[in-house]
Amino acid sequence: MNTRPRHGATLSRRHFVTGLGGLGLVACTKAEPDTRLSSLVEASAIPPVASSRHTLTIETRPWVIGSRESKGYTVNGSVPAPTLRWREGDDMMIEVINRLDTQTSIHWHGIRLPADMDGVPGVSFAGIPAKGSFTYRFPLRQSGTYWYHSHSGMQEAQGLFGAIVIDPRDAPTRPYDCARDYVMVLSDWSDVAPHDIISNLKQQDDYYNFRQRTVASLFHEARQNGLGNAIDNRLMWSRMRMSATDISDVSGVIYSYLINGHSPDANWTALFSPGEKIRLRVINASAMTLFDFRIPGLSFSIIAADGQDVEPVPVDEFRIAPAETYDLIVQPTEDRAWTIFVQAEDRTGYARGTLAPRKGMTGPIPPMDPRPVRSMIDMGMGRMEAQSPGMSGMSGMSGMSGMTSSHSAPSTHENRSSASSHLVVEDPGPPPRNVENQNVALDPVNRLAEPGDGLGNNGRRVLTYAMLRALSPAPDLRPPTREIVLHLTGNMMRYIWGFDAKKFSEADPIHLTLNERVRITLINDTMMEHPIHLHGFWSELENGQGDSRPNKHTIISQPGSRLSYLVTADTPGMWAFHCHLIYHMHLGMFRTVVVS
Amino acid sequence: MVHGLLNQFEGRVAGANSTFRWDGEAWVGGDYNRLWLRSEGSLTRGRMSDGVQEFLYSRSVSTYFDIQGGVRVDLDSGPTRTWGAFGIQGLALYQFEVQATAYVSDRGRFAGRFQGSYDIPITNRLILQPQIELNLYSKADRLRGNGAGLSEIDTGLRLRYEFWRKFAPYIALTYGGALEQARRFAREQNESAGNLRLTFGVRSWF
Repeated sequence: MNTRPRHGATLSRRHFVTGLGGLGLVACTKAEPDTRLSSLVEASAIPPVASSRHTLTIETRPWVIGSRESKGYTVNGSVPAPTLRWREGDDMMIEVINRLDTQTSIHWHGIRLPADMDGVPGVSFAGIPAKGSFTYRFPLRQSGTYWYHSHSGMQEAQGLFGAIVIDPRDAPTRPYDCARDYVMVLSDWSDVAPHDIISNLKQQDDYYNFRQRTVASLFHEARQNGLGNAIDNRLMWSRMRMSATDISDVSGVIYSYLINGHSPDANWTALFSPGEKIRLRVINASAMTLFDFRIPGLSFSIIAADGQDVEPVPVDEFRIAPAETYDLIVQPTEDRAWTIFVQAEDRTGYARGTLAPRKGMTGPIPPMDPRPVRSMIDMGMGRMEAQSPGMSGMSGMSGMSGMTSSHSAPSTHENRSSASSHLVVEDPGPPPRNVENQNVALDPVNRLAEPGDGLGNNGRRVLTYAMLRALSPAPDLRPPTREIVLHLTGNMMRYIWGFDAKKFSEADPIHLTLNERVRITLINDTMMEHPIHLHGFWSELENGQGDSRPNKHTIISQPGSRLSYLVTADTPGMWAFHCHLIYHMHLGMFRTVVVS
Repeated sequence: MVHGLLNQFEGRVAGANSTFRWDGEAWVGGDYNRLWLRSEGSLTRGRMSDGVQEFLYSRSVSTYFDIQGGVRVDLDSGPTRTWGAFGIQGLALYQFEVQATAYVSDRGRFAGRFQGSYDIPITNRLILQPQIELNLYSKADRLRGNGAGLSEIDTGLRLRYEFWRKFAPYIALTYGGALEQARRFAREQNESAGNLRLTFGVRSWF
C-alpha cells in the first residue's frame, strides 16, 4: 500500500537509504541526516515497504574503486542508484530533479507504461534539461525485478542505474517463502570516460583485447590441434580480416566488475542462516559485459527471467547480458561461506561476492575458465563447420556445443504452419557487405538451446533460453499477421553497428499498427552477442515452449544465430529498440519503433 | 573526433650520417568523410629530405577501403614540388595494411607511391612489423634526386613493445635507398645510394 501521501525529498530519501545493506532484512525508520554519507551497501538494499511516490535527485561525485577514481552519477547521493520498491497496481508518481549541467533522463527498464513516460530523449520525450525536472506518472501493472537507468549521454556507463523490486498485488502464484531477499546489481566500472573508450575503439577496434592469438600461442594451439590445422585456422580468420578471439570490445584491462558497487576485493556479502532460502535478484547493469554467474558448490533454481515468473529451472550457472535480470533461489545448508563468482564472458576479470552466515567470511575463489574462441558457427556458417573436416582445428568448445545442439534445438517457428496463410513476411534478405557491414551469416542457426560461447561442456548445468517456461500462459494467443526479419550487422574494424547494414542515423523507423501481433526475427550476422531490447512491449521468445514461451524485455542474439519473438503492439507511441551494449547502441544499433 | 598517429619517429644510427625520420598522420571526421594530414621526412646533418606533406579528403567506399584525393607538397631542403593526389587505403586480405597513391604534378608529370605493412604479434604486446614504401616517377627530377621509374625504397622491420596501445618504443632494422636511375644520381653526387641501419624509435597515437 502507498504509505507516502507526499513526495518531498526528505520523505522519499528515507526509503532509499534505509536498510543495512548486506544484512538484507531491514526496518529502519530514522531519516538519514546526510544522504551523501549513505554507503553503497545501504543503497542496494530492498526498502522495507513499497512506495509509489519518489523524488530522485541526480548529481555527480567522484566514484573511487580501489585506487582509481572516475566520475559517478548519483541518485539521491548514491552511486549506483538506490533500489526502489514498488507495488503492482499503484499509480506511480516520480519526480526526477536534474542538478547536472547536461540533460539527463530515467528509463524504467522492462516496465510497461505510456510511451511518453518511457524516458528516452528524442524518442519518447524531450529529456530532462540541465537544472530542470520531470515528473513521471504511470500505472503499474506488473511485478518482479526490473531496473532503471539513464538513457542520456552514456551516463548509464558511469553509475546512473539502480534496481526496481515490484511486489505482486495478489499473493504470488508460487510463494517461495524466502527468508532473505537481495538485489545484486552487476556492473562494469572504469576510470576511462565513455567518450574516450569510443574514441579508442574507433581508432583501433581491438584496443582493449590483450588475449589475441600470437606467435607464442601458436605452439599451444599446434599441440592441441596439430600445426597444420592451427595455421589453416589462423589463415582463414586472417583472410576474413576478423579475429577468433574477439569476445568483448571492452575488457578487464580497464574494467572492474562490481556487485552493488563493490569490487571483488570489497566482497559484497549476503548473510544467511544455514537452511534458509535466499532469493537473489541478479540484474546486469553493465555497459558492455556479459556475465556468467555461478556459486561454486551450490546449485540454485531460476524462478524469474526479466521480472517474469518461470517454472523453476535448477542450474549451476547462467549467462546474463546487459539489461537482463534473473531471480534465483538458493538454499545453502552448511555453516560456511560460498563465493558468488561472476566471470566476464571474455574471462579478463570477474565480480565476486559472498554468501555467508556471518560478516567477514570468505570462500575460495576459483580460477577463471578458459576464454571462449569464436567458431564458424559464430560467423553464421553453422552447418558448414560440421561438414568440413578442415574446420576441426577450431579449438572452440563453443563450436562443438553448437554442432550438437543446433540440430536438436526446438524450432523457433512453431506457430508458422498454423499461421502461414495470413503471415506477411518482410525479409530484406542477406544484408550487403559494405562500409557498415562486414559479414553475412550464410547459414544462421537456432542457438536457443546453447548456453553461449565458452559455456558448453564445462561439466556444469548451464541455463539456456530453451529451458525458460513461463508460469502463466501468454495472454495473447493470436498468431502473428506479420513477420519482420532484421539483421544485426556491423563493421568491427570501423566500429560501426546497425540493423540491416544501416546505422541509426540512416534508417527509417519500424512501423507497427496498434494492437498488431507481429513476429520479429533476428538474424545475427556479426560474430558477437547482442542483447536486443524492445522498449514498451514484451518480447515473447519463441523458444519451443509453445504458449508457455517466456516474456522477456531483453534477448541475447547469439552470433551466427536466428531467433524469433512475438510482440503485441498494444501501446501507441514512439519506442526505442536497440542493442544494450551501450557502445553498439551509441554507434548505430538502434531503431525507433512507431506504433499507431 | 581527431586522431593522430606517429607511425615512425626514429633515429637511424650511422655515425655522422645518422638520420632522424618521422612518418605520421592525423585525421578528423566521421564514418564516411574525413580530412587527413600526412607528413613524412628525414633529417640528416641538418638537411631535410623526402619531405612529403599531404592534405587529403577521404571517403569510405567499402568494408575495408577508403579512397582519398587532395594535394601533396614536397617540402624539404630541396626544391618544392606540388602534386595532385588520388589514392586508396585500407586493409587487404589477410590483414595487410596498404596504401597506393597516384600523383600528377603541376608540370604534367606523374608519380606513384605504394606503402604496405603487416603486424605479427609475437605476444599480445610484442609486435613485429615489416613495412615497405616504394616511390615511382614518370620522369627524372635530378634536383630532388628522383629517377624515372622505380626511384626510392624505404623498408624496415620494426619490433615494438606496446606498453600501452598508444605508446610503443621499438627497435628496428631499416633500409632506405635509391634505385635504378636515382641510384646513379646519388653516386654522381657522392652520396650513399642506400643505408641499412639499426634504428630506435617510438610509435604513438592519440
